[in-house]
Amino acid sequence: MKARVLVTLKSAVLDPQGKAIEGALRSLGVPGVSSVRQGKVFDVELDTSDPAKAEATLKDACEKLLANTVIETYRIELVD
Amino acid sequence: MKSAVLVFPGSNREGDVARALHMVSGVKPAMVWHADSALPQGTDLVVLPGGFSYGDYLRCGAIAARAPIMDAVRAHAARGGLVLGICNGFQILCESGLLPGVLVRNARLRFICREALLKVERNDTPFTRRYARGAIVRYPVAHGEGNYTADAQTLKRLEDEGRVLFRYVMPDGHRDDAQVLNGAANSIAGIVSEKLNVLGLMPHPENHVDPLVGPTDGRALFESLVGALEKA
Repeated sequence: MKARVLVTLKSAVLDPQGKAIEGALRSLGVPGVSSVRQGKVFDVELDTSDPAKAEATLKDACEKLLANTVIETYRIELVD
Repeated sequence: MKSAVLVFPGSNREGDVARALHMVSGVKPAMVWHADSALPQGTDLVVLPGGFSYGDYLRCGAIAARAPIMDAVRAHAARGGLVLGICNGFQILCESGLLPGVLVRNARLRFICREALLKVERNDTPFTRRYARGAIVRYPVAHGEGNYTADAQTLKRLEDEGRVLFRYVMPDGHRDDAQVLNGAANSIAGIVSEKLNVLGLMPHPENHVDPLVGPTDGRALFESLVGALEKA
């Protein structure tokens, strides 16, 4: 099955890249953007079709490598 | 002193630090490839050099921290063995859990390549015994992600336990967290582990050891290590 993992900075952590993008959008005149935070997306294909197993595998992957939980949080979405 | 310098794909300061170690201790360090699973017999000091291991993919130091050799480094550190991580090496030590916290993008987003002024906060460690306590030294910095961050509790613990070994300071010798070059919390440039045997620091002492290049403020760090190991 396919899954998507989203890793984002915790809200308390300063995101200078997000801030720079926010500034660039403002200078481009894109209206109505009050804040931008940058994150990462991982599209993962798994051998299993068992959602519980997939979720467990991805949680393990996030804790071990994909996210640094000191500054980041992650969200797992099973696609199909 | 038997030292080992780890080499990851994308390391680029391993030659500089090997040269500094050779110059100060008289012994050439062993160069150890990241895919090895053991350190050379009798290794006293492990050095993780600067560079861009694995191209800084995912997060700086994240992939190197999971390399096969790192289990041996963790075991070495657990035995009380000395570990020095410089720049990318510091990032790897944080990612591997050997030191707390993390190094994130510089607050003003610029890659900073210049000389930095640092205060040596204590001299009762194997890394700083040849410095005067409170000495102000000059080491070069070259990093894009040197902004040290940790949760408030971790920062408090580091301060309470006196584990901030190097701090960025202003020309007058005082720290100014609002103006610190990379945004690092509490102006932190380098921290040590609980047992004082693992040091991670962003600036490069190995690049200030030769009068031909300029200041030699970094030399005393390597001399400290030699001294600490002779005594042991």
